[in-house]
Amino acid sequence: MTDVLTAPSIDYLALLPMIIVGVAAIVGVIVEAFIPRGARRGLQLTIAFAALVAAFVVLVSNAGIRVITGGLAIDGPSIFLQGLILVVSIVAAMLIAERSVDPAGDAFAPRVSSLPGSDEERELARRGFAQTEVWPLMLFAVLGMMIFTAANDLLIMFIALEIMSLPLYLMVGMARRRRLLSQEAALKYFVLGAFSSAFFIFGAALLYGYSASITLPGIAEALAANPGESGLVIAGFALVVVGLLFKIGAVPFHQWVPDVYQGAPSPITGFMAAAVKVAAFAALLRFLYVAFGGTRWDWAPALWVVAIATMLLGSIVALTQTDIKRMLAYSSIAQAGFILVGVIATNPEGVAAVMFYLAAYGFATLGAFGVISLVRERSGGEATHLSKWAGLGRRSPLLAGVLALFMLSFAGIPLTSGFIGKFTVFEAAIIGDATPLVIVGVVASIIAAFFYVRVIVLMYFTEPGEDSPVIAVPSAFTTLAISVAAAVTVALGVVPQPVLDLVERADVFLR
Amino acid sequence: MNPENYIILSGVLFTIGAIGVLVRRNAIVVFMSVELMLNAANLAFVAFARINGNLDGQVVAFFVMVVAAAEVVVGLAIIVTVFRSRRSASIDEPNLLKY
Repeated sequence: MTDVLTAPSIDYLALLPMIIVGVAAIVGVIVEAFIPRGARRGLQLTIAFAALVAAFVVLVSNAGIRVITGGLAIDGPSIFLQGLILVVSIVAAMLIAERSVDPAGDAFAPRVSSLPGSDEERELARRGFAQTEVWPLMLFAVLGMMIFTAANDLLIMFIALEIMSLPLYLMVGMARRRRLLSQEAALKYFVLGAFSSAFFIFGAALLYGYSASITLPGIAEALAANPGESGLVIAGFALVVVGLLFKIGAVPFHQWVPDVYQGAPSPITGFMAAAVKVAAFAALLRFLYVAFGGTRWDWAPALWVVAIATMLLGSIVALTQTDIKRMLAYSSIAQAGFILVGVIATNPEGVAAVMFYLAAYGFATLGAFGVISLVRERSGGEATHLSKWAGLGRRSPLLAGVLALFMLSFAGIPLTSGFIGKFTVFEAAIIGDATPLVIVGVVASIIAAFFYVRVIVLMYFTEPGEDSPVIAVPSAFTTLAISVAAAVTVALGVVPQPVLDLVERADVFLR
Repeated sequence: MNPENYIILSGVLFTIGAIGVLVRRNAIVVFMSVELMLNAANLAFVAFARINGNLDGQVVAFFVMVVAAAEVVVGLAIIVTVFRSRRSASIDEPNLLKY
């Protein structure tokens, strides 16, 4: 071993958006430790929003950079999807910052370690304690997502997966109300998440054994050099894909999604549904296209089965749900199936379509969870049972109208972003010779349309029940977040061309 | 000794860990089983590094150890919180979220 270690050359400018978010997260932790309680909230809000906006500005000015630096690939898909993660996180941060819809304060328990229903908890709530630890946790999660999107090597991908997931496990368990549900969701998410990341890293070990390299291009080279089957590759590929499909929430790795979406505080559910999905699809795309792009016909059949099962199971089980958060969770499973159709297309059109769909879905889902957080029981908790939503359109036409818009977008009705998203995904799949998949996709969207429209029927054409909920008056934060989500949903449906051009220019992975 | 034996050992450890996660009911034991799976991956990385003749696998093993340690912090925090509010560390008992 006489080799001299040479320092790697690192393009710091290309990495600056991630560095900004990471430094802000660390500063947030220091603020938690040293700044008096009263001053923390304002400071944390300033740090979080400033970091997210600054990272986005730097990212936009970096938009022309195409470079592989260390284990990260800064290319078209990673820049577009990182930008999407940042914008979605800014909107989600507005929902997290809201504290006037719940009479008791924000959506988070004053101290997560206090026992639910204990004197300590009541005392903390009475004294108006607010916990601000959620902000650094959120920034760490965003950092993990951004790295996950750009990771060009299995080790970096694994570490990013954990940086993204560990804060999310904690954030899920922080709800102020229904804390037992929230803690249960955190436990389930953690155990299953850790289980799936163990699969991921063992798969990475097998792929390393096969190719003597942990970088995705290195694996692609090894595959090209020795064609033919090897048990190591098949097992390694399967294990890594299981880890990634878990984060996406694809059937049969979807069991955690309904529980976690229902148990988590609504702003966090919106953040997870929108941003985690973007990051996980970005990593799946890069893994499949860069490392296994040359062996498409070997893996496509397996993913066909997963995509069909995901679309059908998500749509059909959502029909039977009575809780709106749980219904949206199954809806997110079905949507993951539609996005997988674009992944299986394995062509540049597919990459562009997936990126557009993620943008359309992310904003609509954030808006929907924003609306859910406004409909409250008289006791203060969220009224998530669907029967409570009957007749909402008569009492609060604007709110019901906005939710109806998001539902129509999920269902893929023209003039909303969801329609263009589904159209581009299915078009790419037809170009990529996956027409049968598109037929299943269309059937599943018809099934899915039923339960989305059911919510609209319930809101507009049903008599309100006895215990009708209270509509909370939001502060500027939630109002702005829902308005942005609604505006993007309409804009991407009516004038999608600028964004379509953008994703078409950004659909090539660096190898 | 032939390094391939270590690969087989790591496969066995991984399988034991996976079965442990699926059949054990105590959250702490389930969690230990996950750690066993991660360490099986470490063993595989180190053995493959030896077989392949490069150091990447050994470097990965260090990072996986750090990640496993971070996971312990978060995992125990969640398990202890659930234990305090329910007086039980069973994975099956929290079942408010269903259907």
